Amino acid sequence: MSNPLTDLLAEKGTLLADGATGTNLFNMGLMSGDAPEMWNTDEPQNIIKLYKGAVESGSDIFLTNSFGANASRLKLHGAEKRAHELSRVSAELAREVADTAGRKVIVAGSVGPTGEIMEPVGPLTHALAVEMFHETADGLKAGGADVGWLETISAPEEYRAAAEGFKLAGLDWVGTMSFDTAGRTMMGMTSAAMVDMVHELENMPLAYGANCGTGASDVLRTVLGFAAKGMPTPIVSKGNAGIPKYVEGHIHYDGTPELMADYAELARNCGASIIGGCCGTMPEHLVHMRAALDSRPKGDAPSLEQIVEALGPFSSASDGTDGEGPVRAPRRGRRGSKTS
Amino acid sequence: MSDEDEIILAELNDEDLVQQMFDDLYDGLREEIEEGVNILIGRGWAPYDVLTKALVGGMTIVGADFRDGILFVPEVLLAANAMKGGMAILKPLLAETGAPRVGKMVIGTVKGDIHDIGKNLVSMMMEGAGFEVVDLGINNSVEKYLEAMETEGPDILGMSALLTTTMPYMKVVIDTMVEQGIRDDYIVLVGGAPLNEEFGKAIGADAYCRDAAVAVETAKEWVSRKHNSAKA
Repeated sequence: MSNPLTDLLAEKGTLLADGATGTNLFNMGLMSGDAPEMWNTDEPQNIIKLYKGAVESGSDIFLTNSFGANASRLKLHGAEKRAHELSRVSAELAREVADTAGRKVIVAGSVGPTGEIMEPVGPLTHALAVEMFHETADGLKAGGADVGWLETISAPEEYRAAAEGFKLAGLDWVGTMSFDTAGRTMMGMTSAAMVDMVHELENMPLAYGANCGTGASDVLRTVLGFAAKGMPTPIVSKGNAGIPKYVEGHIHYDGTPELMADYAELARNCGASIIGGCCGTMPEHLVHMRAALDSRPKGDAPSLEQIVEALGPFSSASDGTDGEGPVRAPRRGRRGSKTS
Repeated sequence: MSDEDEIILAELNDEDLVQQMFDDLYDGLREEIEEGVNILIGRGWAPYDVLTKALVGGMTIVGADFRDGILFVPEVLLAANAMKGGMAILKPLLAETGAPRVGKMVIGTVKGDIHDIGKNLVSMMMEGAGFEVVDLGINNSVEKYLEAMETEGPDILGMSALLTTTMPYMKVVIDTMVEQGIRDDYIVLVGGAPLNEEFGKAIGADAYCRDAAVAVETAKEWVSRKHNSAKA
């Protein structure tokens, strides 16, 4: 089945995605604690400016301002009934920017986590999670998104629930997880385990990968972990522009545009074909990433040592895929024990 | 699950039972922990000893393995749930026997942040370490934090944020505490995935805690420091 994203990927080989949403909106005056999604209707000119920032910097794909546009997240702001509407409007504004860009640009409808822990450990049921994802996906589709774009997911259960939500909405999708805890997701999933999970889904994503996390080096190690599984599905790499710091009342990420250019080049060499930034990645970073992808040739996959040399150290010694990580101490026998 | 593996808790001596409870906490077996707590109480253990020697001891192992990337959130939540089962039995007994208090913490995620996984872990691990925890839940305004500090009188204020868009709000809270001249009355600990030590310092917190295990260690250290300086 054809989709604008897969078509453009086939045409160009590598696609540049976008950068940060939150960091950019703060710079436009968004107050901490407020829901960025409200600006879709309250300050649409700022959202258009955000989108244009990515498109004019050379992004082939940009994400809509709908990361938290699900019932569970919006409930905080007493706006749980607006999940569909705010998702739709985020995509409508994006559609307009993409259609007047003068080249092919993909509108990816951002879908973030619900923020709740799913059963059996937490309270959120599978059915309710699917319903929330379905609602957001429906809104994004109605607004004209080319694909749904699930991001920053930690729990495999939530990823699977989103896959069902996208299926119900009839929206093609891409899904990335955040590997921020000793090289795994917060829930303990390794890069290799994610590849297995993705390829067992009934409604498989067009592409899968990693976003956010803890710095550029870690994301690339994760991408190497994906690529090692040898599956043909395109891999997404969207890493943060370094580490957040607090400078004069603002959050500032310490990754320079030059560093992000090197990151983009290395991400492609590691096996990613959709490459972008996440928190802290501003238009200036994207311009440098675009130039790097366009001007530098694709090379061999770097070793872990080469990644550290270029982008800095990893946050943990192992990411759990090399069998070298720490292991639990031997335990006694136990009836009904789940883990021994 | 063969019968040979069956362990009868009541047949174990005290030392083996405590070791078994460490393992059962690690494996998140709530009923077994409740049974173990009841057996120790039945054998005449002081509730405070059951808490510190069996439960806190076991949770310390869980915390260390979480910190080291051996256990992850789902396993730790199960362990904490098992511990809660034991705590529910101990709490009234502890109050009756006037057991010493380790410290008290008020905790919540900041305004705009619904992500309470990390905060819940910290709450549970702090309780597991014997602290009294007042959990304000999610989405707390500066007013709510101030009110809770006023009414609860904690030693520690804990704030958590998981989003780039909500983490600056921690500074709003700390700045307000400074304005009102109450900043130094409390130990302020912050945490959350996008944060780091430098950020914690820059916004005026006492410490940034990378995970729940570190939060417990840091809390203990700061509370003992505070007690020492109060004595001096």
